Amino acid sequence: MRMIKAFAAIAAMIVMAACSSEQQAAAPATTTTIAPGSVADFRQNVGDRVFFDTDMSTIRDDGRTTLNRQAEWLKKYTNYPITIAGHCDERGTREYNLALGERRANAARQYLIAQGVPAARVKTISYGKERPDPVGSDEAAWALNRRAVTELQ
Amino acid sequence: MNKRFDMMLPRRSTILGGAALAAGSTMPARAQLTIDMTRPTFEPVPIAIVDFAGDRVGADIAGVVRNDLQNSGLFRSIQPSAFIQQNLDANAAPRFADWRGIGAAGVVVGQVQQVGGNIKVDFRLWDVVVGQQATGLSFTSQPANWRRLAHIIADAIYKRVTGEEGYFDTRVAYVSETGPLNARVKRIAIMDQDGANNRYITDGRTIALTPRFSPTLQEIVYMAYAEDRSPPRVYLQNVDSGRRELLGNFPGMSFAPRFSPDGTKVVMSISTDGNTDIYEMDVRGRALRRLTNTPAIDTSPCYSNNGTQIVFNSDRGGTQQLYVMSAGGGGERRISFGEGRYATPVWSPRGDYVAFTKISGGSFGIGVMRPDGGGERMLASGFLVEGPTWAPNGRVLMFFRQARGAGVSLHQVDITGRFERQVPTPTDASDPAWSPLIPQ
Repeated sequence: MRMIKAFAAIAAMIVMAACSSEQQAAAPATTTTIAPGSVADFRQNVGDRVFFDTDMSTIRDDGRTTLNRQAEWLKKYTNYPITIAGHCDERGTREYNLALGERRANAARQYLIAQGVPAARVKTISYGKERPDPVGSDEAAWALNRRAVTELQ
Repeated sequence: MNKRFDMMLPRRSTILGGAALAAGSTMPARAQLTIDMTRPTFEPVPIAIVDFAGDRVGADIAGVVRNDLQNSGLFRSIQPSAFIQQNLDANAAPRFADWRGIGAAGVVVGQVQQVGGNIKVDFRLWDVVVGQQATGLSFTSQPANWRRLAHIIADAIYKRVTGEEGYFDTRVAYVSETGPLNARVKRIAIMDQDGANNRYITDGRTIALTPRFSPTLQEIVYMAYAEDRSPPRVYLQNVDSGRRELLGNFPGMSFAPRFSPDGTKVVMSISTDGNTDIYEMDVRGRALRRLTNTPAIDTSPCYSNNGTQIVFNSDRGGTQQLYVMSAGGGGERRISFGEGRYATPVWSPRGDYVAFTKISGGSFGIGVMRPDGGGERMLASGFLVEGPTWAPNGRVLMFFRQARGAGVSLHQVDITGRFERQVPTPTDASDPAWSPLIPQ
């Protein structure tokens, strides 16, 4: 039980962190230490990940907003090769989740391409349920694990 | 009748002969030393296994036999400290009254002899109830093979008592898991069915998943990630030499491999632009043939025992369900219709059942159904139970189990669901693959 509570607390902290980073994006004064065009800039001020509903690979409205920001940033800073990593929560079977993660990564990739990011720049990889972030076994953790993360090399 | 069996073993060892020991009568045993494992209720058969005489390794052999039989759930191994008769003659009938007195239905007596550089192991199973020898065999092999000899003896006893083939002389490939959950190290390992002789097949630098044996046990196929960010792919690896090769280099991810029963083909999934279909690859010529062509996820393919059909899971109907098609593709039909999602189908080596993982109502289950979809029965359930694999006799399954937020381990359950036990592994473990009987 203590483990589960700890996981829940971590998940809650991450949700709060995500909210505060959006507030930071709206208040430029707090982002002066992050170099524009850096990986940190992308992660913190653009948002590197979008989330999916259970067993779905449809880009949600909140994901569209994030991917629109990503596309604008990636078209401005063209030096990064991009890999989109698709992930799943732990509530599916291993092999199916590998395929579902691939579907999610591809959905995000297609969206970025439609926004003008060159297809040749964007690769995909699926981790299925192999790399949870955050670690946790409750609804809050699972919602954050159904994700496609845009990684810059 | 000294048959000679050549085995594919790392040490290039052989087991020389499995000769029947003459008995006074071949009269079949009655009730208590036989068991019908399909009956709704039964008591485990009480059996006494005496330390084999003649050599120090005799006690070790008896210990392995006891452990195998006890772990099957069908036998109750009587503690040696309860034995009344001591110093038995391996070639003479035991004092049946002494064994009846401690409630034994059967007693196993054996001996070990040094013959040249080999050991010769004899054993007899005595039916205490009718006072007759039930079976007896003699084996000769290199001393290093004593554990295998013990498993072969346990298989012979299991077969004599249950009427089913044994499954103790087998191995299990699985994924060893160590490290934190967000950076898990996953290595392929192979061990004997009882957990002995554990060894690692991959080095853990990248995640390796879903190992499966070739019919000869000489090779495994599995999926592994690369050290760069290229998609994970299917590898074919020789177990003894460690030599591994990519099984096809496709632009997208390839995964979920499984050998055909004759070992000439590997069926697997390949993803292209986010879509996953099933393909067959000829192992020798590497010719690739596409077997499904839908916008759905088609994965976890497994051949039928006779190689003519493939069962797989697909979400083409909206949710993950089980389908059967011809081994060459085509004729696809859905076989699962219950509540929930169905996954990881595996066809029994006997052909009578398909085992699967079922996700329903927030929990996972391991179940079996007939290949036509009828007769669904659940055998185990929990927060996470996944990935059944059949023992070669088609009467026992292994799978992996994880409680919420806890470690993951291998478990086995018999086909009635009555007897489940954890299989010991040195680390957390998942993705078990049970081998066929080791070739003799």
